[in-house]
Amino acid sequence: MRVELTVNGEPQVADDVWEGESLLYVLRERLGLPGAKNACEQGECGSCTVYLDGTVVCACLVAAGQAEGAEVVTVEGLADGDALDPVQRAFLDAGAVQCGFCTPGLVVAVHDLLARTPDPAEADVREALAGNLCRCTGYEHILAAVRLAAERGGEGRS
Amino acid sequence: MSETRSEPGAAAAGTESMRIVGTSPAHHDFVDKVKGSLMYAADWRMPGMLHGKVVRAMVPSARITAVDTKTAAAVPGVVAVLTAADVPWNHIVERASGGLGELSVSMPVLAEDRIRYAGEPVALIAARTPQAAEDAAELIDVEYDELPGVFDAEAALADGAPLVHDAGNTLITWNIGRGDVDAAFASADVVVRGTYRSQRVEHAYMEPEAGVGWVDTSGVITLRVATQVIEHAAHLAAMLALPENKVRVISSYMGGGFGGKEDMTVEPYLALLVAATRRPVRMVWERQESILASTKRHPFTMRYETAARSDGTILAQRVDIVGDAGAYPYLSARVLFAGAALACGPYRTPAASVRARAVFTNTMPSSAFRGFGAMQVTLGYESQMDRLAAELGLPRETVRERNYLERGDTIPTGETVGTAVAVRETQRRALEALGEPSPPSAPGRKVGRGFASNMQPYGRTIWFRDKAACWMSLERDGTLLIRTGVTDLGGGQAASLCQIASEVLGVPLDRISIHIGDTQLTPLAGGTYATRQLYMSGNATLQTAYELRDRLLPVAAEVLGAAPESLVFAGGSVSAPDGGTLSLAELVAAGEARAVSAAHLGEWRAETGAFDPDRGQGHSFPDYTFGTHAAEVEVDTETGEIRVLKYTAAHDVGRAINPMRVEGQIQGGAYQGLGYALGEDVPVVDGNPQSTLFAGYLMPTSMDLPDVQVIIVESGEGKGPLGARGIGEPPCGPSAATIANAVADAVGVRLEELPLTPERVLTALDAARDATPPAA
Repeated sequence: MRVELTVNGEPQVADDVWEGESLLYVLRERLGLPGAKNACEQGECGSCTVYLDGTVVCACLVAAGQAEGAEVVTVEGLADGDALDPVQRAFLDAGAVQCGFCTPGLVVAVHDLLARTPDPAEADVREALAGNLCRCTGYEHILAAVRLAAERGGEGRS
Repeated sequence: MSETRSEPGAAAAGTESMRIVGTSPAHHDFVDKVKGSLMYAADWRMPGMLHGKVVRAMVPSARITAVDTKTAAAVPGVVAVLTAADVPWNHIVERASGGLGELSVSMPVLAEDRIRYAGEPVALIAARTPQAAEDAAELIDVEYDELPGVFDAEAALADGAPLVHDAGNTLITWNIGRGDVDAAFASADVVVRGTYRSQRVEHAYMEPEAGVGWVDTSGVITLRVATQVIEHAAHLAAMLALPENKVRVISSYMGGGFGGKEDMTVEPYLALLVAATRRPVRMVWERQESILASTKRHPFTMRYETAARSDGTILAQRVDIVGDAGAYPYLSARVLFAGAALACGPYRTPAASVRARAVFTNTMPSSAFRGFGAMQVTLGYESQMDRLAAELGLPRETVRERNYLERGDTIPTGETVGTAVAVRETQRRALEALGEPSPPSAPGRKVGRGFASNMQPYGRTIWFRDKAACWMSLERDGTLLIRTGVTDLGGGQAASLCQIASEVLGVPLDRISIHIGDTQLTPLAGGTYATRQLYMSGNATLQTAYELRDRLLPVAAEVLGAAPESLVFAGGSVSAPDGGTLSLAELVAAGEARAVSAAHLGEWRAETGAFDPDRGQGHSFPDYTFGTHAAEVEVDTETGEIRVLKYTAAHDVGRAINPMRVEGQIQGGAYQGLGYALGEDVPVVDGNPQSTLFAGYLMPTSMDLPDVQVIIVESGEGKGPLGARGIGEPPCGPSAATIANAVADAVGVRLEELPLTPERVLTALDAARDATPPAA
């Protein structure tokens, strides 16, 4: 089947999509956007977190057909060329990155959290990120990145 | 300086002020990672790429009577179906002990006649689409005669146990010891005993095993894979019956490895499919496949007997360790050596008798996992220290302080500790950082504190004569290009090397480019394991940079008319005391005019030695990283739940090359250790994993644990570059013992088996209650 959707502001068409194919597969394998990571295919780890019509989802759990006509934003859509999104900048400055495989999903999840709650309490941050597994950092520098991004508010891209 | 150059490891911190080392700049890979633009192994694509799939046995012990691939091969889109008969040399030979006495057992790449664990590869498929590969895999028809299996290491040691390999079930037996142990026990005031058990653990790196292979120019089989060790190219060449220079392995930046990408994962299967089809092939393991078939941390059974004087001074220890190697050797021989060598921990043990055996079972293979045998034994020796303190009625700190190793002490292998031992300071500071005790949050809940010190080697076992090379070139525009065979796990391995080179040559970090992990384009540096990269490649990089600077110094001195020793390399130029400066670009040109090259290959070799397995004495590891973790926990005596309230972790890293990354290693390591302590487990029943879902594998999330308060101790002394010690593995060691000791402090019962689940806590509380008569 054919799936038409908007990804990072650009109209995209995916052909030959098979029954049961996930949005994650379409993004990674058909549209050349490998930023969202495939780490568990069960919606357990959050590495494939993207926006679907403004709501964050695990792209591995969304059937491609469900994304027909939808607006999708992936980690690749957050930076403006070399100008990083403030969340990405905060991840760098706080040392929230090690192997980086969970990072794209976390960056999108934090972007969403701060868009909804610009100054979240620590417990809310921990809860919001509980669906994003990280095996390297112990989460602490990630939580620091969230605080840093929140402190800086929506300050411009850097 | 000349001493520093010939022996970089001996450089003491503080001999010169650092500009770049000791700071925490974000490096190139961080930027790519936050943008989602770093190309991990599974992100790579090639034109006309096929999709590879491993077909695995689903029984743990069987004889293969027939394999029928015809139906699978007929699936539209299938290009190749391979079985054992298609493998030119169907063996992977791993002599992990370095020839010190393990059984000679080779690992088949594809099972030929015998299945030894559920998940063992039997056939390979390459197809035009992943779906066709899946469909074909379902249609491979394997007929088995199921055989009795053995699924527990201690059962495998029994007479008459089913044999996993005809050569026997004990892969290796290590004996390490010194002193008159029996006499020491006879003269002791007190003897404490305990039997501790650890479980099978999954690495659970976020990036599943993956790679892409293709045939490159002049027929070179080329693999770009997530691997810690590109040197496996030589194994692949042997398997394919090709010359070693016809196989190339490139390591992509990894999405975590923790030892699980130290052995080959997708490599042999990809190489076979590429060689058979002559087309690009990608292979990505699904998470379930990874949990089913990837190597695991060795479950250990550890029996400890510790003899001491009434003041707490240790006289002797007897330790017996059985490690479950799973079905094939992999690195078990070396893991159990590390367990044996470190079994007595950071404590003076005048007489020791340690035996460690690696034993085959019909379960998925065990192999390297951050901590590598030296981690499991921490639960043993640190539980023993608490037991000793309790038995003698002494504070837990005091008993340890009486026995902590110091420089010049002899360890059970007979070696002398040659560098500073700052374990006392780590203990003091970890405990101090816990602060005021917390009150219980409800009736029925009890708060307790515990701590554990550890000692973890960095660098390979010494008889492997380790070495690392690095190539460095100042380009005509004054930028620096580094080529070195290191692989990057995500721990900042490449970035740290850039910092070291920047420090010596004065090239700003944003003017340095590093090319890593490629057997045909980078000088080999050894794999990223054994906490060896900073030690080995760090020293190689430091030495190469010094040698290059030494070569260019006379040129700069001549141009600037100043004494060579007065020149400073910083900020992209060389400056003289009189204010004269020469940019690095000008220096390269001046060198070229004098036929002095600005490119240099350097090689650094680690200290070497030999171990005598018969005497159980000899050289083991180059050096150690010491640390102490401390925790406050609350135990719910109704539910058995353990809640960690506070956690502190102190390690002596010698010198922190990049403090933010050091902190990240310690936090992440402590969390991995806490997952192991509290919930992670891969239960295998009769050889069959009970769950291969991420959902069933309880690793810590952001909700489960408090922050780890990190204390970086810098003794200024280590054998890494500029006095650094390795910090990759050490921080996952103390967590389990720390929590077990805190639980014992809270509720008065000692748990000896990991993970410390609520059920085990309740069982232990019930047993203690039954053993104590009700108070009158």
